[in-house]
Amino acid sequence: MIQPENITAEKIWKLLEQVADPEVPVVSVIDLGIIRDINIIDDQVEVIITPTYSGCPAMDMIKMNIRMILLQNAIQHIKITTALSPAWTTDWMSEQGKEKLKAFGIAPPTIKQQVCRTALFHDEEAIQCPKCNSYNTRLISQFGSTACKALYQCNDCCEPFDYFKCH
Amino acid sequence: MKNLINYTLHLADNALILGHRNSEWTGHGPILEQDIAISNIALDLIGQARNFYQYAAQLINYSTHQPINTATEDTLAYLRNTNEFKNCLLVEQTNGDWAKTILRQFFFSAYQFYLYQQLQNSNDETLAAIAEKSLKEVTYHLRWSSEWVIRLGDGTEESHSKMIKAIDDLWMFTGEIFEAASYEKIAAGKGFRIDVSLIKNNWLQKVKDIFDEATLGVPQNSSMRSGGKEGKHTKLLGNIFNEMQFMQRTYPNCDW
Repeated sequence: MIQPENITAEKIWKLLEQVADPEVPVVSVIDLGIIRDINIIDDQVEVIITPTYSGCPAMDMIKMNIRMILLQNAIQHIKITTALSPAWTTDWMSEQGKEKLKAFGIAPPTIKQQVCRTALFHDEEAIQCPKCNSYNTRLISQFGSTACKALYQCNDCCEPFDYFKCH
Repeated sequence: MKNLINYTLHLADNALILGHRNSEWTGHGPILEQDIAISNIALDLIGQARNFYQYAAQLINYSTHQPINTATEDTLAYLRNTNEFKNCLLVEQTNGDWAKTILRQFFFSAYQFYLYQQLQNSNDETLAAIAEKSLKEVTYHLRWSSEWVIRLGDGTEESHSKMIKAIDDLWMFTGEIFEAASYEKIAAGKGFRIDVSLIKNNWLQKVKDIFDEATLGVPQNSSMRSGGKEGKHTKLLGNIFNEMQFMQRTYPNCDW
């Protein structure tokens, strides 16, 4: 419980570490880099979030879960603001978040310049298999089980896996 | 204000209707991976539509001084009639076979790609932000659909002939995209920094490049059909509404 007079942005950031991505529950909204700012004016807490993809169905649930955790901690005046610009990028994902993804079996995004381009039938970049660590993998589809992922398969251990694609 | 609202609705309607058409493939795609791909593209487009509708609703409520928010993203999507929709005719065309769906997506994604490139520099901050966000998604759509046009055009005899049929069916709807509607002309003049003729040139070049690689020819001198942007639609839009708007009209305010 946070006493209203003791609300600080730092405490809110800490609390939000408990809010998980509903689709990839090992990473928090902090790990994903979608919390852009926290403003406290008197006893009102404003959380500014940036959606990952325009149509990501997880965003509504994330907003609700943020509200829930703040309410559970006796914060009553909550405002959740969506900021579209600057657009979210996987560069904002924390190193810790990337490690958690890999441990969960999802290949984390590589640095942006490698894939975000319009060239067709591009040479597939080396995505590391989260299971056996081989770089000998191939793209199955640019679109995977959720908007944020592509589908890959490892040529060595044959594991099919999701790749959290760069954005 | 009225032109800004109409322009925003036009952007929203284009994205919603194509998103809805693509969603008809969900569960019916030719193979699982491509079923997932077209469904993901549908999701992106409907997400973009939501952002535009939310902005349009905000503008409508502000301009009509409503005490409560009468317009919402849902009323705009589910409770307007066909003659109020401002989408271009291309996006309401039926899915047909995979070739036709691919070609429709390619034509539209190439257009959206160049449009959003310009719109992200618009002096309207909200439209610019939505464009900046959406452009990243459209980049994937354009690459995916371009690759498929090449794969089918330069594929087997059968896939090639299906692409030619798709061009015959859809080319007549491409002219309208670049014919500025009244609200587009005024919106452009107000500093949205949208140069439709530049978008058209970029689009044509893209189509030529991809068609060349796909061993397909760009049609010359064919007559074009238009009207959608001004609310004059084919009966196909009504068919979409029979499904898309049915729940809200039959059970007003239903939620799930």
